[in-house]
Amino acid sequence: MAATHVLTAAPAAGTRRVLWLRIAIVAGILIAWQALAMSGWLFRDVVPSLATIAASLVRLLGDPAFYANLGVTLSEIAVALLVGGVTGVVVGLVLGAHPFLARAYEPFIYYLGPTPKIIFFPIMIMWFGVGAGSKIAMGALSCFFPIAISIAAGMRQIEPVLVRVGRSFRASPLQMTTKIYLPAMRQPIINGVRLGLGIAIIGTLLAETKLSNKGLGYLIIQAYAVFDMPKMYALLILLFVIAIGANALIGGLAGRAARGRG
Amino acid sequence: MTRRRPLAALAAGVLGIGTLATVLVAIEALIRATIINPFVVPLPSAVVAAIPRIFAEENVGHRFWQTAQEAIWASALLVVIGIGVGVALHRWRNVRLATETWIAALAAAPIVLMYPLFLVIFGRSATTIVMIGFVAALPPVILKTLEGLQGARPVLIRVGRSFRLTERQLFWKILLPAALPTIFVGLRLGLIFALINIVGVEFLINFGGLGQLINELAERYDLPGTYAAILFVVLVSVLFFMLMERIERWLRPMS
Repeated sequence: MAATHVLTAAPAAGTRRVLWLRIAIVAGILIAWQALAMSGWLFRDVVPSLATIAASLVRLLGDPAFYANLGVTLSEIAVALLVGGVTGVVVGLVLGAHPFLARAYEPFIYYLGPTPKIIFFPIMIMWFGVGAGSKIAMGALSCFFPIAISIAAGMRQIEPVLVRVGRSFRASPLQMTTKIYLPAMRQPIINGVRLGLGIAIIGTLLAETKLSNKGLGYLIIQAYAVFDMPKMYALLILLFVIAIGANALIGGLAGRAARGRG
Repeated sequence: MTRRRPLAALAAGVLGIGTLATVLVAIEALIRATIINPFVVPLPSAVVAAIPRIFAEENVGHRFWQTAQEAIWASALLVVIGIGVGVALHRWRNVRLATETWIAALAAAPIVLMYPLFLVIFGRSATTIVMIGFVAALPPVILKTLEGLQGARPVLIRVGRSFRLTERQLFWKILLPAALPTIFVGLRLGLIFALINIVGVEFLINFGGLGQLINELAERYDLPGTYAAILFVVLVSVLFFMLMERIERWLRPMS
């Protein structure tokens, strides 16, 4: 397209214009926000002023209780990702390697994948109690499906010649897994974990907002209950930074794995 | 998956359903033998027996319609605003270059966790639920619309230019039809996302349709009822998912 030629001809001017545009957009949003906060059109504190939110953010970051709750949530998510991820990888590898089993069982996983997982929370409470167990279970249940599906799909895309090489060396199933399948699957596994992490965060935190007395989700719903809007904004900002940051980190890993292979 | 002999497909289907049935029978037996606590897991037969009761007593039809209405509103917003923003970003290239990575980052953000914020802004109402469903599903719709428009084959656009089409004609007659299959992939993703979040938020804020049904039955400690309601909602989402797939397959040969 014509536009692309312009970009390659003068990349510096183009990127600088985009950078200015970005700054303008952010500034525009912040100014509009501040104007809305000072206009008094909305109920007090629904749109708190930027200074209030910043102050609340600073207060939150200096609060040891915040880090205690953050630790609870992060460890719940880590265990959930471990449980759901390992089960998902194993199930995905088995289904990907055996077309017959995939035909028999994959439809269940494929169609249960896009259902709302949080509605299973009442069952998880009965099975694992009201503490961290039920939140971990929610996170694990949520992230199992996308991981299993993406691993199974990745297995089927392994180059057949790699599998044939393994077979011709008479590799045992365990050797096939560790020497052929897993190395060839690095990219799909990282991608699956990235998908799974995002969903595990949602599953765990939603469960915390529903019923808990610890964790980031609890802090958010608590801020709602006492109508501490600046604190809620501060919590949501931190949560988004953590989630987007973790996602970008794994995305970078995936990029490196792809380059390593290519 | 490659196409296999019908016999193998049948055998696989039988194995899948058979395993499910075996597991259910085993659970039934374990509960009757009180190896599994019947106050934690109800008898599968009791869950099945509870389904007609739930339908008769809990006004499931009305709840289903409530959830469907919320989903329809969220979908309408997604179609108009999601595709609209996608088209606008395609039109203004610099804005797209400035914001595309932000939108992609938002697609990975746990937007549904903003629901307490939406509660404050819109109250405990259907509007909150619709807005959460809409906002959470917005990034994939925008990104896929952009992808479709960007991916329109240059030769088609050149044909349009050589016919001296105006920008408007070029968009309606060439760009949009070429992008439609990809746009629909985004809409399908978006609608499924919206439905998941709508039912989820209904459950969380105990308001509205099918999600609230589960919450109420769980709070009443109606064990077979809770399981039956979850089964029903899962069934509804699976059917919705299958329907979207069918529509997408039907749309694809059009391009």
